[in-house]
Amino acid sequence: MRVGVFICHCGNNIAGTIDVAKVAEETRKLPGVVYATTYMYTCSEPGQEEIQKAIKSENLDRVVVAACSPRMHELTFRRTVAKAGLNRYFFEQANIREHVSWVGEKKEANTNKAIEIVRMAVEKVKQNKPLYSTSFKVNKRVLVIGGGVAGMQAALDCADGGLEVLLVEKSPSVGGMMSRLDKTFPTIDCSICILGPKMVDVAQHDKIKLHAYSEIDEIKGYVGNYQIKIRKKATYVDWTKCTGCGTCMEKCPSKNSYDHFNFGVAPTRAINIPFPQAIPKKAKIDPNYCRQFVKGKCGVCAKVCPTKAINYEMQDEVITEEVGAIIVSTGYSLIDIERLPEYGGGRYPDVITGIQYERILNASGPTSGHIVRPSDHVEPKTVVFVACAGSRDKSIGIPYCSNFCCMYIAKQAILTKDHVPDSQSYVFYMDIRSPGKGYDEFTRRAQEEYGVKYIRGRVSRIYPKGNKMIVKGADTLLGTQVEVEADLVVLGTAVISNSDAGHMAEKLHISYDTFGFYVESHPKLRPVETNTSGVFLAGACQGPKDIPASVSQGSAAASKVQALFSKDMLESDPAVAKVNINACVGCLKCVKTCPFQAIKEKELRDGRVVADVIETVCAGCGVCTSTCPCGAIQLQHFTDNQLLAEVNAICLT
Amino acid sequence: MSDIAARELRIVGFLCNWCSYGGADTAGVSRFKQPTDLRIIRVPCSGRVDPLFIVKALLNGADGVLVSGCHPRDCHYTDGNFYARRRLEMLKRLLPFLGIDERRFHYTWISASEGARWQQTVTDFTKRVHELGPLHARKEATP
Repeated sequence: MRVGVFICHCGNNIAGTIDVAKVAEETRKLPGVVYATTYMYTCSEPGQEEIQKAIKSENLDRVVVAACSPRMHELTFRRTVAKAGLNRYFFEQANIREHVSWVGEKKEANTNKAIEIVRMAVEKVKQNKPLYSTSFKVNKRVLVIGGGVAGMQAALDCADGGLEVLLVEKSPSVGGMMSRLDKTFPTIDCSICILGPKMVDVAQHDKIKLHAYSEIDEIKGYVGNYQIKIRKKATYVDWTKCTGCGTCMEKCPSKNSYDHFNFGVAPTRAINIPFPQAIPKKAKIDPNYCRQFVKGKCGVCAKVCPTKAINYEMQDEVITEEVGAIIVSTGYSLIDIERLPEYGGGRYPDVITGIQYERILNASGPTSGHIVRPSDHVEPKTVVFVACAGSRDKSIGIPYCSNFCCMYIAKQAILTKDHVPDSQSYVFYMDIRSPGKGYDEFTRRAQEEYGVKYIRGRVSRIYPKGNKMIVKGADTLLGTQVEVEADLVVLGTAVISNSDAGHMAEKLHISYDTFGFYVESHPKLRPVETNTSGVFLAGACQGPKDIPASVSQGSAAASKVQALFSKDMLESDPAVAKVNINACVGCLKCVKTCPFQAIKEKELRDGRVVADVIETVCAGCGVCTSTCPCGAIQLQHFTDNQLLAEVNAICLT
Repeated sequence: MSDIAARELRIVGFLCNWCSYGGADTAGVSRFKQPTDLRIIRVPCSGRVDPLFIVKALLNGADGVLVSGCHPRDCHYTDGNFYARRRLEMLKRLLPFLGIDERRFHYTWISASEGARWQQTVTDFTKRVHELGPLHARKEATP
């Protein structure tokens, strides 16, 4: 065996705290190592050429690169050795950057640790076997979960590229948060006027199949071949018959249903179409408020419906679909103001959230665009905006910035002045974050042209006094306490992940951070990919994002899917489990433990029963390998011998 | 780290590729300083960690073993970490019968975004193993 070892300086990243020359010197003493050298940037083009040259000149049959994390460059170097004619599994990467040079303080200790880590990699690579991928067919259909602006953009871009798209939206209409906004910053475009046509495109595109008011029940399979179960929730209205005429909504006697679309600014009917531009524009019954469901008698909508579309007996329907890739664009939620006791915790009707104010400003909202305060429907003259209501606040577990509140608060303050010219707005802020194109100019305009008073400081308390709300806070620039008598208080509430984000991540096998936002493959270089191949991210499910960022990410995810689907066949990962039928005793414990049902029993010609791995289904976790009592099923590339070689490299020296 | 003796001990870490190995990478990228005793072995899933690897490591000369995987319900392979939890919990109870102090073995869950948690775990575990001293220098008491 002829192992070659390449130790990377990584500029000063590794060589700064590790004596790389010494690592190379010690490595040369290892049995099997015939070549060890150091290189400035091994991942660079000349660095990779160096490896290929050495494979040829030194006749190497195994290669170890000691550099950064294999999560960063394992694929790069596997390609490198493959180009030089070696099997790509005859490569191992020793992580001496993330795990040594960047975290250890003493050069001597770091150097020793690096030497041992290289030795582990050498022992492992000596045990490696050549592995070969097989190819499998790709199902060129894509599932988009979430029909907000990011999901719609992704769906449209995929569909325009000729792919069949399934768009699953959990609420009765697509549009997401953007459809609730009145205007968008910094252009003061009418939000629904720019979104509406997109929503219509989604509905009318012959490549897009829209499942509104539907949820994902189950996801099985792997990249190129996913099986999806979609639950179409019961609407109690036959959407094939409903024309969206709205007669039912007019006549419904149950007038106090919670309006999810308007965030409860005003009540709606138990049977309703969420908003005039809804796509699909179909009615839906809320059984929590419908008299037919609650009291068992009413049936008004069924009587008045001209197309006889009402069906109180409707049940959820589960349909099965097959796709090759998934784009997740499930969006975000906003913090419940009950978590903000210092601001009244939702007890005062005149302390509302930014999104509720957005509905009040909207011409098709509950107040037809007239700014009135919820308590007495009087036009407010003094409006106070509170930025960072819950965000950047470690005490309630939300240390991060919500990204777009600074901007929408400036927009709402401007719109307030437009609607009520003799009004005065105040904005309490911590910092103004307006780095986008034209954003800073916009917040300045709010202050300079519209006379919005910006006060830098946190609001400590909000409480009612007569028919006013008293907002108490500090002005940290003047170093004084401030008290404003407001008619209406608008909170720029923190952006949080959806309450079911974790469950969705489990179904998708993708990871999420402490706050429930989905984790991308690499924060800089793979921002729309996840660690599960074939699953991509778009929009605010990954972290708070404004409209342009969500749209760009939607398009980016779509282009990733297009690239994935540009091939008819994909290569499988050959690091899957393999059964040694001579050692297998047929206990089939592996069949029971496999999380993917990838192992089946097989009868041999002599009647003996053994386990058999379905290679395309095996995901390569290795649960079976550590279950097998006789070591007969081995996860290739992570076999018992390979891992114990590493253990022994650490322990037996 | 001054309270940790200069002499290094042998600590083996089995880390799942998707969460904890990523967490250790995140700690590295964030330059979270750590003691240098631990050597990491990358496995696809904490469910791949055969309890016998841990026993072998400890009998062969390791002074401590750390296993870390994805948080329960956040496994890249659906429920590999649940298998790990069962097996490792059993192993923990078995170790004293082998004459090994069970504090030399620790298993935990760290996600790819939890660099700070990784730093804390490594530092605490290393400190604990140093307090226990080298495994084979003295015979450990059986219960």
